[in-house]
Amino acid sequence: MPRSPAVEVHGLVKRYDGRTVVDGLDLTADAGRVTAVLGPNGAGKTTTVECCEGLRSPDAGTVRVLGLDPVADAAALRPAVGVMLQDGGLPTGVRAQEMLEHVARMYARPLDTGELAERLGLGAFARTTVRRLSGGQRQRLALALAVVGRPRAVFLDEPSAGMDPQSRLAVWELVRELRDGGAAVILTTHLMEEAEDVADQVAVVDHGTVIARGTVPQLLAAGVDRDGTATLVVDTASDVDPTGLAARLGGRFTVERRSGTSLAVSGPVAPGTVAATTGWLAEQDVLVTRLDLGRRTLEDVFLDLTGRSLR
Amino acid sequence: MSVPDAPATPLADGPAAAPPARRVLAQAAFEARMILRNGEQVLVAVVIPVLALVGLVQTSFVALDTDGMSRVDFLTPGVLALAVMTASFTSQAIATAFDRRNGVLRLMATTPLGRGGLLAGKVLGVLAVEAVQVVLIGAAALVLGWRPDPAGVLLALVGVVLGTAAFTALALLVAGTLRAEAVLALANLLLLVLALGGGVIVPADRLPGPLATLAAWLPSGALGDVLRGALVDGALPLVPVLVLAGWTAVLGTLAARLFRWH
Repeated sequence: MPRSPAVEVHGLVKRYDGRTVVDGLDLTADAGRVTAVLGPNGAGKTTTVECCEGLRSPDAGTVRVLGLDPVADAAALRPAVGVMLQDGGLPTGVRAQEMLEHVARMYARPLDTGELAERLGLGAFARTTVRRLSGGQRQRLALALAVVGRPRAVFLDEPSAGMDPQSRLAVWELVRELRDGGAAVILTTHLMEEAEDVADQVAVVDHGTVIARGTVPQLLAAGVDRDGTATLVVDTASDVDPTGLAARLGGRFTVERRSGTSLAVSGPVAPGTVAATTGWLAEQDVLVTRLDLGRRTLEDVFLDLTGRSLR
Repeated sequence: MSVPDAPATPLADGPAAAPPARRVLAQAAFEARMILRNGEQVLVAVVIPVLALVGLVQTSFVALDTDGMSRVDFLTPGVLALAVMTASFTSQAIATAFDRRNGVLRLMATTPLGRGGLLAGKVLGVLAVEAVQVVLIGAAALVLGWRPDPAGVLLALVGVVLGTAAFTALALLVAGTLRAEAVLALANLLLLVLALGGGVIVPADRLPGPLATLAAWLPSGALGDVLRGALVDGALPLVPVLVLAGWTAVLGTLAARLFRWH
């Protein structure tokens, strides 16, 4: 299926009071894909999506959403774009269902609000005012508002903040459905599990620029390829001498004792490495209790790229 | 590789906005409902003006030189002016300031309603609330024996619209530039100060000393004078009309320049 870029950001620059928050950022998001903008707080994620939503004007660079300029072509674009703001944007005195129906009235062909409310479990608090809703309930309502107009591009800023696990499952299911229906879904997050769970494409943002991009497997592989090493952690039932294992594996590997019965094998780990390690342990009559091939996470990728932790 | 396969008019077949009038009317109804549902707002907008009217008409604790008019004929235009100020200034400033803080303005600006539609909806919402106020206060006044100049009733509505324009512009100016808590305090304080010394219920020229001159040039004094002119004399006084128009131009320009959506 051919994909058209629904969102194209080139060289975006945005400054607040002389402080550069977004600094030459490039971002592409395809229709029919979930694109995660991943980065720590203050990386410029929210400002970037606000420029896409037409809420802020870029200081430099171009932003196109569905081929249109979000500021100059705002009136044409707004019906096709759904937005979930980080701070919700919900009036406190309104009831949940009433707010959903109000926003639905802005569209010519909105989704059935009853059905949407049921999908997102809004029924339980349909007549509750926003000020009495929990964080997760507000997030679900805000998501309903973002999708009720059948948007072709959806911007979700930190959509799962304050959500309980069940809500999150319901939300991801809806996000995947939107994607399968051909919408471009762009979500910001500082949680790598979230990006790993739901995103087809990830753009890692730090200090206002994209420092890495690709699918989750691509990003995970990229970090490994750079130095070619991985770490195999072996926990054993009894104490073993790491030097014996190091001698068996050869000079390309280092073996360290992490704690009493845990060894870390670092080097160009291959299937043979695992076999050689467990084989040597069997010869020593030592039982393996745990074997961890050190699967990398986006957190590790981010650490590699920036030297800092993501959260 | 990505292929730009989107049709030339990418939005023609897909999502579409409701017609502009429907969007603005929906927003106006929403705004009015939010205000009239809020107990404090109803208290300030309707209950206090009606109580003030009944209290001032039925008692004589407050000495008034009514120019030979009945107390109710003299006071009702000023009470209506006060009601216009509560709806278009105090309640609108507070609601908009908190909507701005909570991101409501930004969210609605991303829907097909847009910023212009949101603004239009707010102004129409205020006019709807004022319609409720005028009916209730007018009914109370008629019961108390109010006999307005029939020719002036339509002119008074013009005055209400002029006053609403000036005070809504002021509301948006403070709501769009100050913190929500500061707006809450300022909007109530300003209403009280203008109600007592701004030439609203007691005409500017009856106020003591330099206040008499000052109040005539305030939007509050001008609104009071316009409504008294219409309902008592059946004519719109020129100077107060120009004063209101001037305030609308100045405050509206400032609000348009300084209003921050974030």
